[in-house]
Amino acid sequence: MALFLGGVDLTVVAALSWSELFSYWGGLLSWGETGFGDELFWGAFRTVQIAVFSYAFGLGLGLFGALGKLSGIKWLRNVLGVYTTIVRAVPELVLILLLYYAGTDSINSVVIALGYPPIQVNGLVAAIFVLGFVQGAYSTEVLRAAIQAVPVGQLEAATAFGMSTFKRFIRVTLPAMLPNAIPGLANLWLNCTKDTALISVVGFTELALATRQAAGVSKQYFFLYLVAQAIYLTISLSSTSLFDWLERYLRRGQRKHA
Amino acid sequence: MMLNHWDWLPTHYQYLIHGLGITLFVLVFSVVVGFAFAVPLGLAQVTGSMPARKLAGAYCNYIRGTPLLTQIWLLYYGVGSLFPLIPGMREHFLWVIRLDAIYYGLLAFTLNFAGYEAEIMRGAFLSVPRGELEAARAFGMSPMKVLLRVWFPSAVLKVLPTLAGEVIGQLKSTPLIFTIPVMDLMGATSKVRQDTYLVYEPLILLAVIYMVLTYIITRGFNYLERLIPQRR
Repeated sequence: MALFLGGVDLTVVAALSWSELFSYWGGLLSWGETGFGDELFWGAFRTVQIAVFSYAFGLGLGLFGALGKLSGIKWLRNVLGVYTTIVRAVPELVLILLLYYAGTDSINSVVIALGYPPIQVNGLVAAIFVLGFVQGAYSTEVLRAAIQAVPVGQLEAATAFGMSTFKRFIRVTLPAMLPNAIPGLANLWLNCTKDTALISVVGFTELALATRQAAGVSKQYFFLYLVAQAIYLTISLSSTSLFDWLERYLRRGQRKHA
Repeated sequence: MMLNHWDWLPTHYQYLIHGLGITLFVLVFSVVVGFAFAVPLGLAQVTGSMPARKLAGAYCNYIRGTPLLTQIWLLYYGVGSLFPLIPGMREHFLWVIRLDAIYYGLLAFTLNFAGYEAEIMRGAFLSVPRGELEAARAFGMSPMKVLLRVWFPSAVLKVLPTLAGEVIGQLKSTPLIFTIPVMDLMGATSKVRQDTYLVYEPLILLAVIYMVLTYIITRGFNYLERLIPQRR
């Protein structure tokens, strides 16, 4: 039992009973001034917030990227090729640092050029854009592969019916490619929730950094990191089952393989 | 954004080279040892007894469901803070190991790679045709021999193309080790940034180095795949 209580005086710990130990841990997670429950809760809230918005931003970027890569416009394809290759070959942590500084710097240079004093860029917005930009490269590849897996005959049939390009995309390409894309998109979402932890390195207080601060104050590193991991695991496992349900729903009416 | 401050290169290059060594060591160690752990973990999920199956599956879910950063911190700050509580630990010869962050980093990266790779090995073991295993058993091979001569080799051939992606993914996670004080490539870059007050140049050089490493790994695995004759 003593092993679980890093940093607490051994003689005190040895005297604790299990119920006292649990009430001590409960106190650590309580709301308000004495505990870290509210800090961890808001950290988790920020984590989910960053993940959801950057994922959505990345998906939009990815859809644009996938259509651009499949379009006949050569320079667009080259630009997107450079974007996806660089982003996927450089570690997320390095990209986040680079984009965070470059993004805030370039916004400020524009602001100064317009004759205003430099501004403090909102950490949440910066985190969402940086992570979304990284996610965009991965979603581009997932969506491009999913669109390419749609049988050409279906698209030709849609064209033969006289559908416009836009209508063909909404009515045929999108519903036909979504089931193919779901496993890849689910993976991306899981990566996205886990990558939010990297934002802590630029000093934004999401779950990982909130836990680190709480652990630094209370010296309960082991217990608090376990709690944080349990929260991350809950997010991952519940979203996995959500994506499973979504794929079953999107595949309704399709022939089952094997 | 002017990218013309490179005068720190002659004075700081040895940090970068040392950091590159650490990064590559962490990568190779965690991939090789992690793969050695992944094989039994994957096998346990396919043929193990019920508790072994559940345990290995839970381990994979845990590793894949939590950020690597928190795994590293749990080991270094969490488990590391427990060691002084063990009576007599301070006098023990292993005390030295407690002090150095790189051992925690190596352990965290190895366990993490094992978790991800075990999931892939599970799929590979499952995808080997039953008929091949039945034929091997019909030849009178013992279960161990079936594994060594038939099951494992064809499973490894199946994972080779995905292994390249996994190794690159692992390379891209190695900079996380600098958050516990280890002077890898990323740590060396922060040292340069602290000494020179430059923001972009060191980071851009770092990005280029990682791109080169990614390229080398990709080419290496392509070469490896061509060495192995395979009917497609």
